[in-house]
Amino acid sequence: MKSPSDFELSRRKLLAGSAASIALTAAPSIVNAQVPAVEAAVADVSAVWKVSFTVNGAARGLTLDPRTTLLDALREHLHLTGTKKGCDHGQCGACTVIVGGRRINSCMTLAVMHEGERITTVEGLGTPENMHPMQAAFVKHDGYQCGYCTPGQICSAVAVLDEIKAGIPSHVSADLNAPPQLSNAELRERMSGNICRCGAYSNIAEAISEVAGRPA
Amino acid sequence: MRSFTYERARTPAEAAASAMRKPDAKFIAGGTNLLDLMKLEIETPAHLIDVNGLALDKIEPTQEGGLRIGALVRNTDLAADARVRRDYGVLSRALLSGASGQLRNMATTAGNLLQRTRCPYFYDTNQSCNKRKPGSGCAAIGGFSRQHAVIGVSEACIATHPSDMAVAMRALDATVETVRPDGATRTIPIAEFYRLPGDTPHIETTLMPGELITAVTLPKPVGGKQIYRKVRDRASYAFALVSVAAIVQRDGTGRVALGGVAHKPWRVEAAEAQMPRGAKAVAAQLLADAKPTRENSFKLALAERTLGAVLAEAKG
Repeated sequence: MKSPSDFELSRRKLLAGSAASIALTAAPSIVNAQVPAVEAAVADVSAVWKVSFTVNGAARGLTLDPRTTLLDALREHLHLTGTKKGCDHGQCGACTVIVGGRRINSCMTLAVMHEGERITTVEGLGTPENMHPMQAAFVKHDGYQCGYCTPGQICSAVAVLDEIKAGIPSHVSADLNAPPQLSNAELRERMSGNICRCGAYSNIAEAISEVAGRPA
Repeated sequence: MRSFTYERARTPAEAAASAMRKPDAKFIAGGTNLLDLMKLEIETPAHLIDVNGLALDKIEPTQEGGLRIGALVRNTDLAADARVRRDYGVLSRALLSGASGQLRNMATTAGNLLQRTRCPYFYDTNQSCNKRKPGSGCAAIGGFSRQHAVIGVSEACIATHPSDMAVAMRALDATVETVRPDGATRTIPIAEFYRLPGDTPHIETTLMPGELITAVTLPKPVGGKQIYRKVRDRASYAFALVSVAAIVQRDGTGRVALGGVAHKPWRVEAAEAQMPRGAKAVAAQLLADAKPTRENSFKLALAERTLGAVLAEAKG
């Protein structure tokens, strides 16, 4: 804890840890198990790593506790809050970003593992004035209700179309050695890592289909 | 997540040596399973060795006519490789049936082999689990065990191995290449790579401390119809209740391995002699020593019927 920013880091971690404990009061025995984690977060905060990568076209350098996930680096350190934290365990897809042209779960990777890489978040795809075609299609087809999963859905969808273009097969591809089809079944299978709790799936599929250039 | 020190390894031998030097060190590649477990403090490494910078991300032909798959080849790239799709279809199919697109883009070949069980009692730190805390007991036995193993189980553990890829690798007779902390290399046939739980379910493979997987090698293609059929509770993005990896030749002979039924991919070579006689005969021998719980005995019938469907598909 040498600088004010280090202090802020530790305070944020402490608060995050406390919030986790409070959230778990429904299962009292788990709360005790969480306490050492909070203490550890404060005690070891001075062990930091420098990492540089490109986010949405801009070079960014950060000094981070190595525990910081890419998701937390984007949201808490670079204040790019478009990317959402859902389950934080790689199950829901809300944190999907595009790294080196590929979609990944930013919650399941450490920021320090991405030295020199090129990261695109939903903020880098388009702006409210100049939307990416996938963003515009989600608006047009009402591909959401609450919108929390939407940035992950959109990043995932953009990458899915690139994957199909690159000829990467899926579980539902009938022929492994033929170019994959742009069918509804293909899109749904490929999007299965993005959960929409409101159930806007049919509209999401329509939005992606439109951008893919085929009627849903 | 507990705190840890972090390093980026430059060579495989250096990574293995570092893992031996630092107590409680772990390698990290894709991170999709390890970070999940670290957040829950089921895994609490004191030191992480990032192996992503090692140049182990190539798929190359071997002198024997097979393929050598670098340990860091991502699941997506392995499934999409034109040679794998053409000559080892069962492997592509197995990979594509697992996880999500995002996870397959991160997960590596070696990491897939080494993923831990998804047994809910292993994941719940309030429950006893011999795999997570040796000697603490097994809450799955007598608990909700619908998804658990039916064969090769012990009094200490009834967890399954979650990998689809490993089931295909077992059917293909893959070989695991490693480097040890002293720099020596060795190869381990996949049949000898995984251990049954016995009374040490926390020791899951025959890897030595600090030993790093560098590649997985596939022998020369064996042809045949290659099928991977996975039965699960959802149509996508779920672990197998039962899966079948099969390679079936025109005369009805072949190989078959099961997923979702044991602590490791389940293959009994002797049972394969029964393949021309049909699924019932194969399953009878393959699952002869099964010890299901009251909740998962359905897996025996499910395995036989899935195998039947696969053999019918291979014929058609």
